[in-house]
Amino acid sequence: MLLSGWGGTSPSRAEVRHPFDDADVVAAVRERPHRGVVARGLGRAYGDAAQNSGGLVLDATAMRGVRHLDVERARATVAAGTSLDDLMRWLLPEGFFLVTPGTRSVTVGGAIASDIHGKGHHADGTFGSNVRALTLVDGTGTERHLTPEDTPEEFWATTGGMGLTGVITEAEIDLIPVETSMILADTERASDLDDLMARMDARDDEYRYSVAWIDCLATGRSTGRGILDRGDHARIEDLKPARRANPRAFDPHAVISAPPIFPSGLVNRWTVRAFNELWFRKSPKRSEGHLVDIGWFFHPLDLITGWNRLYGPRGFVQYQFVVPFGQERAVQTAVERLSLAGAPSLLAVLKRFGPANPAPLSFPQPGWTLALDIPVGDPTLPNLLDGLDDLVLDAGGRVYLAKDARVRPEHLAAMYPRLDEWRAVRHRLDPDGTLRSDLARRLGL
Amino acid sequence: MQDALGGVQTVLVLGGGSDLGLATARRLVDDRATTVVLAGRDPGAMAEGADSLRRAGARRVEVASFDALDRGSHGAFVERCWAEYGDIDLVLVAFGVLGDQDVAEHDADAALAIIDANFTGAVSVLIPLIDRMRAQGHGTVVVLSSVAGERARRSNFVYGSSKAGLDAFCQGMGDALVGTGVRMMIVRPGFVHSKMTEGLDPAPLATTPEAVADAIVEGLAKGREIVWVPAALRGVMSGLRHVPRPVFRRLPV
Repeated sequence: MLLSGWGGTSPSRAEVRHPFDDADVVAAVRERPHRGVVARGLGRAYGDAAQNSGGLVLDATAMRGVRHLDVERARATVAAGTSLDDLMRWLLPEGFFLVTPGTRSVTVGGAIASDIHGKGHHADGTFGSNVRALTLVDGTGTERHLTPEDTPEEFWATTGGMGLTGVITEAEIDLIPVETSMILADTERASDLDDLMARMDARDDEYRYSVAWIDCLATGRSTGRGILDRGDHARIEDLKPARRANPRAFDPHAVISAPPIFPSGLVNRWTVRAFNELWFRKSPKRSEGHLVDIGWFFHPLDLITGWNRLYGPRGFVQYQFVVPFGQERAVQTAVERLSLAGAPSLLAVLKRFGPANPAPLSFPQPGWTLALDIPVGDPTLPNLLDGLDDLVLDAGGRVYLAKDARVRPEHLAAMYPRLDEWRAVRHRLDPDGTLRSDLARRLGL
Repeated sequence: MQDALGGVQTVLVLGGGSDLGLATARRLVDDRATTVVLAGRDPGAMAEGADSLRRAGARRVEVASFDALDRGSHGAFVERCWAEYGDIDLVLVAFGVLGDQDVAEHDADAALAIIDANFTGAVSVLIPLIDRMRAQGHGTVVVLSSVAGERARRSNFVYGSSKAGLDAFCQGMGDALVGTGVRMMIVRPGFVHSKMTEGLDPAPLATTPEAVADAIVEGLAKGREIVWVPAALRGVMSGLRHVPRPVFRRLPV
């Protein structure tokens, strides 16, 4: 089967199998396929992390369900192929939420392997930081129970380990108790990047959730203008009386599905400029304390099924980097270069990260992260992004492997200084190199 | 592996002594390629090209012996390449001869020598090579065809017919490869100023090896199946294709 990441670039062919339980995973790994094996969830990594050209790919989505819910401790044991969408539909009515990225279409296994983050990183940390235990089938086909207390090296090498330490089959995760399925949100517009970053610096800590959207095509004095969305879980008394009878209702539906008919080139600097202008203007200058659905606040793109098809058959890349606090200048330079290059980025997102966790390959570190989607095809794009890599490296930052599809392998060790430490643990868990992916081949992981 | 923007890491050039092959390898090294294998009839003649690639920053450059006319050796050659260099992301088929049209028109051996080098020899190596790429589940094959294969011309139809055969074979192969992770890209340059065309009068819209290399890299990034160099030739040839033969044979092309 031909597989690609969410960006639709560099497809490769692999044999795909659907294990139903841990025994199936153990059997598949013990076969030691000629070109290795890697697990795949819902295919939302943008690049080639869940591809294994010429080898075996284990589609984990048939391993699905909540195996145990501990209401007292707000903790759930779930199969690794369970999607966050399922978990939220099942658990929100019970009064529990969880760390979520910008989409519900990711599996728990994928969320741990990429150590994903969301709008709440500065308050709650990454998804991996909220995992209490996990079951891993390692590269020898042995099942291991990993916890941050008893097996910290293996646990943290697996968290953010891009699926290269083994196949995660089950996880015990901390949940976030909530009274309602609504967010009490504040929105404000910022006239340029300095203004935006100043607003985030000043008051992010007052909110559990915070993210800013940037117009990367705005030029001149408006360079980096944006909209800041922040909020926290609404309490029952925040709701309108009519909604209080059923405060945790959660049943989001996609509004529309993007058919696979869009040509490459539809997302270009003119269409994006028009969209960004509209998006900026439709947002209120300032609005405090409005109630929004959890789905609308966290996962607006889930409203359009297959939105990646808007980019046409050529696909797109997502570029996401983080630079430490104090390197604000690098963010500004990046936005200026993107603006000057006219790189059409539809939804560029800026966020302040909180503390890092102990995982050697975990992406978030304290600082500023900027994420943007850019369509593939412009011949100047490789140089533009290579230049941004240099900028990020000089600032002591890194790019996010779950989104990467093009970074130079020689930059990896500088971006992830604990790479060799991770490799040593990976070698213990997979001494024969059975776990392999296209990302691992491309970057020489 | 090939990255999202068309960058590749390991490149095999068949016809590593040709100006087009070397210019393209150079361009790929400037981007991301770290390993280049130059394969051709005369390894000694490729040493200088190999050095230039090393100077450009390639970490590993090898020179290998490959003869398009020695069809019996092709299977083993392909196996050896994969055994020694691992996954190969991109193969550039850049070998070929122009031949002497005036001689070939009257000398069957001379005509067959052109056709064997450009068409039969290419088919012979492409088949085992593409099988190997299907097994690795990814990769790109770039084949240098020619505008001469688009419509036979009085002045070079032996060469043109060999390229027409190659072009047709590769179009079909490209379709057969859909869903395998392997891509085929056909490049149709016009007149290229190179060793092969030295001493000939340049045709209109003549181009250079560097321009062909740039077009190949752009085609890779855009996922093109056919690349014309210069791009204007696509329109020109689609017009020329329909010119009545009595007129076409009188055109100064």
